Amino acid sequence: MTWKQVFTSSIGKKLVMGFTGIFLILFLIVHVGLNATIWANDDGEMFNKAAHFMGATVVPRVLEVGLFLGFFLHIIQGFMLTAQNKSKRPVGYAVDYGNNGSKWYSRSMGILGTLVLLFLIMHIYHFWTPSRLGGWFQIHELTTVTYNGQEYHNLFNEMKMVFTNPLIVVLYILGCLSLAYHLAHGFQSAFRTLGVHNKRYNNMLTGIGYGFSIIVPLAFAMMPVSFYFNWI
Amino acid sequence: MEHYSMNLNLKVWRQKNNSEKGGFKMYRVENISSEMSFLEMFDVLNEQLVHGGEEPIAFDHDCREGICGTCSMYINGKPHGPWQANTTCQLHMRAFKDGDTIVVEPWRAGAFPVIKDLMVDRSAFDRIIQAGGYISVNTGNAVDGNAIPIAKDKADASFAAAMCIGCGACVAACKNSSAMLFLSAKVSHLALLPQGEPERKSRVLDMVAQMDKEGFGACTNTGACEATCPKEISLSNIARLNQEYLVASLTANK
Repeated sequence: MTWKQVFTSSIGKKLVMGFTGIFLILFLIVHVGLNATIWANDDGEMFNKAAHFMGATVVPRVLEVGLFLGFFLHIIQGFMLTAQNKSKRPVGYAVDYGNNGSKWYSRSMGILGTLVLLFLIMHIYHFWTPSRLGGWFQIHELTTVTYNGQEYHNLFNEMKMVFTNPLIVVLYILGCLSLAYHLAHGFQSAFRTLGVHNKRYNNMLTGIGYGFSIIVPLAFAMMPVSFYFNWI
Repeated sequence: MEHYSMNLNLKVWRQKNNSEKGGFKMYRVENISSEMSFLEMFDVLNEQLVHGGEEPIAFDHDCREGICGTCSMYINGKPHGPWQANTTCQLHMRAFKDGDTIVVEPWRAGAFPVIKDLMVDRSAFDRIIQAGGYISVNTGNAVDGNAIPIAKDKADASFAAAMCIGCGACVAACKNSSAMLFLSAKVSHLALLPQGEPERKSRVLDMVAQMDKEGFGACTNTGACEATCPKEISLSNIARLNQEYLVASLTANK
């Protein structure tokens, strides 16, 4: 059994989806935790410093490469699996089994993932490229701010500016909603794919999965909302 | 429940053979007893067709007791019809009302090509079993049943998996036409027993390879298979199969 055979088998492809999925879930925890500093009530000082740490320290930058790789694998494999799975039924049914046997979002991971990807492209364009790649593709000039004599990118101000546009706020909320449904199935499915078959753990993971897919996307969605309504 | 009679409209998939394109045809059956089985209702329809000089509808059936796994039929959007944990042959007409229109389709999957009308070729399942769904023992006298102690919960879980009759409803229900519930049942019932231990790794690797070769899709854990399975095979068998595969593929020597 070569490694190629392992990872190109139907279960192997799912293992790639599961492993990268859990890695991306871990990333979401880091991301939502750091971003929550916007609510520190200090006009963005803690947030700008946190963003600076992520962008200017070697460990997060190395992890960032892994993160892009994880995203890339998850997205490409996801598209390929969705297309391959669809091709396995050349003639469809006249009457669909529909929601009688499974949840709609569990059958819509490809579409939900695509929506999350579209959101991600917009999101990277708003914040990642202006800060990391300087001058390229930015909508506003990225301002700087000085704390204790050191200069920082003022990403807090960037968020404030981006989220003055109600259309973008709505798109961010829809992006978070897509993520929520993607996670509602993906979280517990990833662990099943990795072989967790003990009923007690499966029940627990399903519960944690639903909690995670509500709390994390809700926290993310509250960020543009908080800026738009000038709560911070 | 009181006995009643009904008149029904049937929308049935007709297809001459594998190479020709099929289509739906409407039929009317009258005076059908609520105590008839679904297949008996089809027998009535076929007699009607034969008397009228038409080709009867081809469909698979054998034991008509819900244990052989030969009957198929995708009825009103669900394999084996509206009842839970039930095969088509054990579906009775009391599940329907007078005047109902019932849509009957064959299992749909590239790996289950239509032979004729509602009959599909499920020999892909046989080839998956041939790839490793057995234990190799020398024949001889029957061994004493208590010679190998087996924990009760494992014996029960193994038996629950062995309930699979290989009808293919899981494939028919799955949006990916995946055979993972079937395969996981076949792998699980041997993996849980000491008799299955010697070939444990090669079994799962060979059977998964055969499943992929037959053209079934990959599992996305939607649970549609479990919901439709006439023998209530648990979705957790698929997770067990994934674990068996992960361990076997990481530790295989060649």
